[in-house]
Amino acid sequence: MAYVAIADREAELHEPKTFIGKYIWSQDHKVIAIQYSLIAIGVGLVALVLSGMMRLQLAFPNEFAFIDPHNYYQFVTMHGMIMVIYLLTALFLGGFGNYLIPLMCGARDMVFPYMNMLSVWVYLLSVIILMASFFVPGGPTGAGWTLYPPQAIMEGTPGSDGGIVLMLVSLVVFIVAFTMGGLNYVTTVLQARCRGMTLMRMPLSVWGIFIATILGLLAFPALLVSGIMMAFDKLLGTSFFMPAMISVGEPNAYDGGTPVLFQHLFWFFGHPEVYIVALPAFGMVSDILSAHARKNIFGYRMMVWAIVAIGALSFVVWAHHMYVSGMNPYFGFFFATTTLIIAVPTAIKVYNWVLTLWQGNIRLTVPMLFAIGFIFTFTHGGLTGLFLGNVAVDMPLSDTYFVVGHFHMVMGVSPVLVLMAAIYHWYPKVTGRMLDETLGKLHFWLTFLGTYSIYLPMHYLGFLGVPRRYFATGVTEFIPESVQSVNVGITVAALIVAAVQVVFLFNLFWSYFRGKPAGHNPWECTTLEWQTPQTPPVHGNWGKELPVVYRWAYDYSVPGAVDDFIPQNKPNDETTGEPHETGDAEGLHS
Amino acid sequence: MSLISKLMVKPWLAGGTVATEDSLTEALPAAKIGLWLFLCTISGVFALFMVAYQMRIELTTDWVPVPKPTILWLNTALLVLASVAFEWTKAAARQKKPAGIRASLLAGGLLTMAFLGGQLLAWNELVGSGYFLAANPANSFFYLITGLHGLHLIGGLFVWTRTTWRVFAGYEVTLSIELCATYWHYLLLVWIILFGLLLST
Repeated sequence: MAYVAIADREAELHEPKTFIGKYIWSQDHKVIAIQYSLIAIGVGLVALVLSGMMRLQLAFPNEFAFIDPHNYYQFVTMHGMIMVIYLLTALFLGGFGNYLIPLMCGARDMVFPYMNMLSVWVYLLSVIILMASFFVPGGPTGAGWTLYPPQAIMEGTPGSDGGIVLMLVSLVVFIVAFTMGGLNYVTTVLQARCRGMTLMRMPLSVWGIFIATILGLLAFPALLVSGIMMAFDKLLGTSFFMPAMISVGEPNAYDGGTPVLFQHLFWFFGHPEVYIVALPAFGMVSDILSAHARKNIFGYRMMVWAIVAIGALSFVVWAHHMYVSGMNPYFGFFFATTTLIIAVPTAIKVYNWVLTLWQGNIRLTVPMLFAIGFIFTFTHGGLTGLFLGNVAVDMPLSDTYFVVGHFHMVMGVSPVLVLMAAIYHWYPKVTGRMLDETLGKLHFWLTFLGTYSIYLPMHYLGFLGVPRRYFATGVTEFIPESVQSVNVGITVAALIVAAVQVVFLFNLFWSYFRGKPAGHNPWECTTLEWQTPQTPPVHGNWGKELPVVYRWAYDYSVPGAVDDFIPQNKPNDETTGEPHETGDAEGLHS
Repeated sequence: MSLISKLMVKPWLAGGTVATEDSLTEALPAAKIGLWLFLCTISGVFALFMVAYQMRIELTTDWVPVPKPTILWLNTALLVLASVAFEWTKAAARQKKPAGIRASLLAGGLLTMAFLGGQLLAWNELVGSGYFLAANPANSFFYLITGLHGLHLIGGLFVWTRTTWRVFAGYEVTLSIELCATYWHYLLLVWIILFGLLLST
């Protein structure tokens, strides 16, 4: 039997009938996407609360009885790990990847729906294991999100009994979940695109998610390997990473292990992880900017190539996180060079976003505000990255608040702003209703200005040499008293930003029931997900016939066309007004 | 069309046409692509373990090589035979010979189980002569690497069980058999590389 390409198959729709089949054990990519997103946002809120606790301690040391050094480190660790892995990775790939790939590629579903369903439930399991560590004796691990040995598993570090074990188990389970999802995303993009959807006609969102998933499939193994080896060291007494040490006058049971090996493995995962989060954000923000500026994305091919180039380069920069680890200085030279090279494709992307806005017909909708906000925060975070990428500049700044400011700007705030933009942009498709615009603008301005007032001062603290991760600095000679007032200011801003997220959650909830009906294409977009016969799209997405694609994803403001956008699935003869001759000037929306 | 020339296309010029490209992969079943991607992923896992192995030797001084039990050679032969059996199953499926499929598929599974049993014997021998897991990094890595490889085979045996059941129940299984064969060849290759690494240190 010859193999029939997915786009050429007869529609085979097995609509689930029961409530459980439809909403719980669903194999529909849209339901799975929503499940992924809700779990990720839920656990992300836990991490947000943890960061609030950290800020309270830093601004008002020793005012709060429930924060001691022990659980401060647990808050730091869990905040970082949850935000990077369980929120950002899961929401971008599990949430938006699942929702957008089949719809944007014109497929009925992912190619392995059953595995996709397993993916979300295994992800939930990993979250439950992680959360369980709050309730074991000793609490969750306080090793810092990088989990560096030897301290991660030495007695005296918070959560060195149950906490670290549960963290490692949870990470391994998460990787299993991600792999099942990731195989799906890549195979779906390769195999299930509809007729006419060539690679270079794919929207950049799909490109970003596609390359990020490939990065994930290649990078998560490094975390798996280091996690397994650390679990062996902890539970079975091996010495992969653990050196011989004297602890409280007693030699420990380990001998000869090398913590630097862990650092190499961890960052071989950790740096691509930055781009696993960033590339989907790059892709989605490109689509949002183009749609709301009513202008085709500037330099589409260059944008695709940049995504691919960044993905490839992200595997050869990992040791720039290890300049102070005592590795060979020549390594530092090599990694500083690759790090600065990766700035080239990244800068191309930033220029192209700005040039997309240039002379566009900009609609300052809420998603557009968040997308433009992203250009600011990302440029800012990227520029401080140039400082830290140089060995000589990094040395004194290493482990200070400058680093905290840098990575929160570049991979905390920036991807989150894109996530917000994406939620405001695609919520009408997911639910059929618009999010409230006034609340959205309030949310944007307070979040955007608020995050700047949190992270800009941190760079200054870093220049003063204030170390990160410290529970309290107390009286230290080189830290002036004004640092304390800066810390109070940062905390006030952080609490305001945290509080305004409640407005956002209220908006999500309220608009689901009371929001303005959205219609099928409220932003007048060209991409396929806005052309479904029903909104929200039903099981199988496209009814009887799969769409056929006639053009790329960015036909906005095409001269001579009736509307200022031409959907991808529209053939030429339906795009110009009739009679054809008079459509010259009126067709241009200028 | 090569991948490079695909990425050189200027998509904004061809509006209005149903552009087609002879896809790199469209003619292959999705499950095959999925399996190959999965193999890339676990290649990452094995490769990183091997890198860690090498770095652990180079960065420190406490490495005491572990003797390699002779039974590993027999095990290697068993795994080669298992791989051959799966190739035979594939041929039988192509020629639509049900009896051949059943016999060779069972042989492949049983040979694999024999391999796993042999690996356990090897572990047993090492533990018997005092080479415990935590005693030296060479021992730790030996158990870890062979164990990880064994776990992947056990995972394969789950799929093998399902395929065998479907063969006996009379379903169409040509694709599953092909995928099993690919997976077994791959794990044979991984084993040979791992075994070479273990022997060389």
